[in-house]
Order: sequence, then structure tokens, then C-alpha cells
Amino acid sequence: MSASITLEQVTKSYGSHLASDDVSLEIGAGRFVTLLGPSGSGKTTLLMMIAGFVRPTKGRILAGGRDITNEPPERREFGMVFQGYALFPNMTVAENLAFPLKLRGVARETVDKEVRRMLDVVHLPGLGGRYPRELSGGQQQRVALARALIFNPKVLLLDESLSALDKKLRAGLQEELRDLHARLGTTFVFVTHDQEEALSMSDEIVIVNRGRIVQRGAPKALYDRPDTRFVADFLGRANFIEGAVTTLSDREVAYSAGGLSLRHALRADGATPQPAQPILLGLRPEKLRLASEAPGATENAVPAEITLVTYEGADYHIRAKTPLGSMQAVVASTGGGASPARGDKVWLSWDQDAAVVLRDDR
Amino acid sequence: MTADMDARTRRVYLVLLLAPLLLLAFLYLYPLSRVLWLSVTVPTPGFGNFERLFTSSGIQNVIWTTLRICVFTTALALLIGYAIAYAALHLRGWRGELLLFFVLLSFWLSVLIRAFAWLTLLQSRGLINTWLMNLGIIDAPLTLIRNEFGVVLGMVHYMIPYAALPLYANMKGIDTRLVPAARGLGASPVQAFLKVYLPMSLPGLISAGILTFIFSLGFYVTPALLGGGKTIMISEYIAVQINETLNWGLGSMLATSLLLAIFALLAVLSIFVDLRKVFGVK
Repeated sequence: MSASITLEQVTKSYGSHLASDDVSLEIGAGRFVTLLGPSGSGKTTLLMMIAGFVRPTKGRILAGGRDITNEPPERREFGMVFQGYALFPNMTVAENLAFPLKLRGVARETVDKEVRRMLDVVHLPGLGGRYPRELSGGQQQRVALARALIFNPKVLLLDESLSALDKKLRAGLQEELRDLHARLGTTFVFVTHDQEEALSMSDEIVIVNRGRIVQRGAPKALYDRPDTRFVADFLGRANFIEGAVTTLSDREVAYSAGGLSLRHALRADGATPQPAQPILLGLRPEKLRLASEAPGATENAVPAEITLVTYEGADYHIRAKTPLGSMQAVVASTGGGASPARGDKVWLSWDQDAAVVLRDDR
Repeated sequence: MTADMDARTRRVYLVLLLAPLLLLAFLYLYPLSRVLWLSVTVPTPGFGNFERLFTSSGIQNVIWTTLRICVFTTALALLIGYAIAYAALHLRGWRGELLLFFVLLSFWLSVLIRAFAWLTLLQSRGLINTWLMNLGIIDAPLTLIRNEFGVVLGMVHYMIPYAALPLYANMKGIDTRLVPAARGLGASPVQAFLKVYLPMSLPGLISAGILTFIFSLGFYVTPALLGGGKTIMISEYIAVQINETLNWGLGSMLATSLLLAIFALLAVLSIFVDLRKVFGVK
């Protein structure tokens, strides 16, 4: 049975430093929620408070509607996978898995059966007799996961759990984690600084910076419609265009930037610029098109000179000098025609609804 | 580097090593073996001296007293040393370092000065008895010295750094996330300590225990002063045989027995622990 987690105006201060600043957050039962932020943003403090290892200075924490703010970690019935796994080195894999069950007074035969079942779940059958040091990093990760799940916790907390693994192994474990989540229905709270991991795994991403929640939402919504410069920059790659509003209507804003006149189609749910004020727009590199001649007037376009081309397999990542400053574009490498090269004089163009108006929180 | 070392360099190293080895052999091993040799030659050749280990109740008394004091001393020093090492590791910031500094500070005080300091505190007209009587808690002075209590107290005080420092080194290697991990899996603080932390610190406890026990066996100054001739440990007994009764055969027999007993103890322990790790070679 999974539980929801609610943080109510939670603050944690260490002296004058606010590791967590008046955070309110609702994590629905059975969801896979990722706390994403740069290191030192306070995301791990949030997780440690949910786990019970850190007590909030102010505010309340609820699990399934029950106040657990002052409950010690061993009574919360949350599974936790630590950074570095924290497997007990003096116990075998099977003993590690049996640890939480023995504490709960489970009968020996049931313990043995559950340990075997759990080893199957994490694809490590027959490794119960090994010691953690005899396992690879990926196997240790799986044991830690199995140990945290074997007592059917209401919530599974994962602290930078995949960060120490190499890329290929990580991708495999990401899939396994999502698969486990789908099968068990347990609430997963995952902490990471890796934005790709957050995008690919979660139902919902909560972006944390300087102890506060900056924005939250489904991965695609966050990627497509970031609210602020920080979110656009942290989640994926982005070009930033700083301009001044010239004319403004309900549906459209015209602005000047770098001596060019540009247009942006306003979205009903987006931020609204003010007349004659500075405006900041974010533009994903994959929304830019590369053309050798000036495109039509219906789209925005800037002349550019390519300064760097990076081949990334499926795409080229291009850096170019433009009147708007240095810009980056991602174009497919599979299309026909000549491949872009350093020194090429080109046009970069984008649709009027391709960019997003951002709040500058820098 | 060693792979590249040519034969000539290796010879130079060997020659350099020879000097201290010769010094040790002539000034330490040779005289020591001469003294130990006395145990089977004086007063008459044979194992007559060793027979007394099994026949003399006086000697057996001294041995039992020594073992009892050493066991108590080791147990108490480990207990206090464990608490100090744990605290030094878990106190925030400079506090832990300050604690370690005080542990190291006691190394700078000679064993003689410490024993006299304890005498001043503990004797019948010493500070503690005077205070207790002035406060009306006791009527007659307590006997705090010239007994095993005084000896154990003085020895524990001396042995604490020898217990605390190896334990500190061992605990430093224990992953600090293991206890939180155990808590998260449902263990109370006491369960987490008993089932995870204590087993992890067991190698440190064994190392510190061996060091403390072996050092304790050879204690001379502290028992001589705080035991006041009433509680006699083996080293003092040997000294009396050599210096006062001139019973060299008996004295050197006990010295030999002590040495052999320590080697035997180490041999037994080496079955369970890697002694090279205990003594910091590895």
C-alpha cells in the first residue's frame, strides 16, 4: 500500500543558511516524483526530512494524511536507497535483504522465501551468498533496491542512486526502476542532479533551487514551457533572447533584439510581457532551422556564422555567431545535402510560437 | 619502482639496513637472550625454575592477580576508549579534534608523574578522602590505594589512549550511512548500533584489546606505586627477584614465561585476526 507525502511550509535552517525555505509540496500516492536541482540546492535535505533523518526547523510533514514530523525514521516504514548504497559489508546479500524482515519478527521460512523472491525481482537469482564487495556497482545497486523494497514500504526514497554508475548501466537500471514502479505501485521519490534521468523516468519533476521549489510539472510540460531562465537553462539546452517590447496585442508581441525586429505568438497560459519593457525569451536549440538563404517573413530569422559543429550521432550540435549573440542549434544529421561546417554563413529561423517568454530569475 | 631497482641499489639498501640490525642484535637481542638463558642455568641447569610455576602458590597468586588486573584494565580501557573514539568521530567540527588532542596530551605525561598524581588524589589523607570527609559523606577515609582498585584506576588512565586511537582509526573507516540505512530499514538506535555498528567496529576492538592487554601485562611503575607493595603484579615481582633477593634464576624464568605467554597469545589470536593489520604493518 503506497502513501502520499505532504510537506507543509517546511523550513530547515543551519545557522543562517536556509537549506529548505518554506517548502510546500504534495506528492500523490503511487506517483514517481523526482526532486531535481543542482548540488547544494536543498533537494537532498528535503529527502532526508521525508526519510526522518533531518528534522525540519519549521513546518509539518504528513504521510497519508498522518503527521510524521516527529516520528523517527524506523517507524515511518519508508524504504531508502542511499547514495553509495550503504549495504552492510559484514553481511551477505541474503543477510542484507533479511535484515528489515528479521527486525519485524518475520518467521525464518518466510524470510528465506521473500529473500529469494526479491533477488528474482531485481534479476540477481543465486547471488544471496555473496558479500557486497564481491558484486559490481550495478549489482550492489540492485541489492540496495531489493533491501529497500523487501518489507513493502509505503514510499521508496532514492538519493542520487544511479549517479555512480556508467551511462549504459544507468540506462538499464532506469528502465528497471520504472518497470518496478509500474508493477509495485509504491510512491517513488527520487533525488537527482541529472536532468536527463529526471526527464526520462518521472511522472512529475519538482525543480529545486536555493532551498525553494522553482517549478513543478510533468517532464514534457516543464521542458516545453519553463517559467524561468533557471528552469529553461537547467532542464535541457536553451538559447536566451533578451529584447525590448515594441508593440503588444492579445495574441502577439513584437520586440527588437540585436537590431532585429522579431515576433512572438503569445500563449494563453504563458507569461504576459509588458509594453515598452525588456522581454526574455527561451528557445530550444532543436526548434531552430538552418537555411542557406533568407526565409520568408512569416518566421523569425537571424543571419549567422557557424563557429563550431559537434557531431552527436543522430544530430549535429551547432554553435553560431549572430546579432543576438552566440546561439546553439540542433539539426538532424540524417537529412541529405551538405553537412554544416565551421565558417558557413547561414540563416537561423524559428516559428513565431517556438519560443517561450521567461521570467528572469538570475 | 622496486621492479626497476637494479642489483647494486638493492645491495646499498641492504647494507644500510644492516647497521640498525646489528645494533639491535648486539645491544638488545644478545643481552636479552643471556638473561633468559639464566632461567635454565641458574642456580642449577635444567627446568627447576619452571617447576615452581606449578608448585609455588606465591607465584601463582602473583600470576592470577596480574591476569585479573589486566582483564579489568583492558575491559575498562576499551569501554572508555570506545566512547571517546565514537564521540571524537561524531562531534561536529573542532570539538572532536579537541577531544583527540586531550587524548594525545596524556602521552606527554610520564607514567611516574601520573602515578604520583593519583597518589595525591587517592591516599587516605589525599584530596578525595579529605573532600568526602569534609562534606560528611564518609567518617573514615576510604582505602583507594594499596589495592587492586588503585592499580586498575591508574592503569586504565594510562591505557585509554592505546585503546581509543586504534578504535578511532577503525571507526573512521566505517561508512557513516550504515547506521541511517539500518534505521531506515526499521532498526531502533540501539538495534542499529548492536547489529551494524558494533560488528563493524569489532576488528578495531580486537586490535585495541590486544594492544591494551599486552601492554598491561608488563606494567611496573603504576602497580608498584599504587599497589604499594600489597598488590603485586608480575613485573614488580620479577624486579624484586633480580634486584633484592638476587634470585636471578626465578626472575628470568618469570620473564621468559611472560614473553612466551605473549607469543602464545598472539599465535592464538592470529588465527582470528590479521596481526599485521593490528600492528599497523598493513
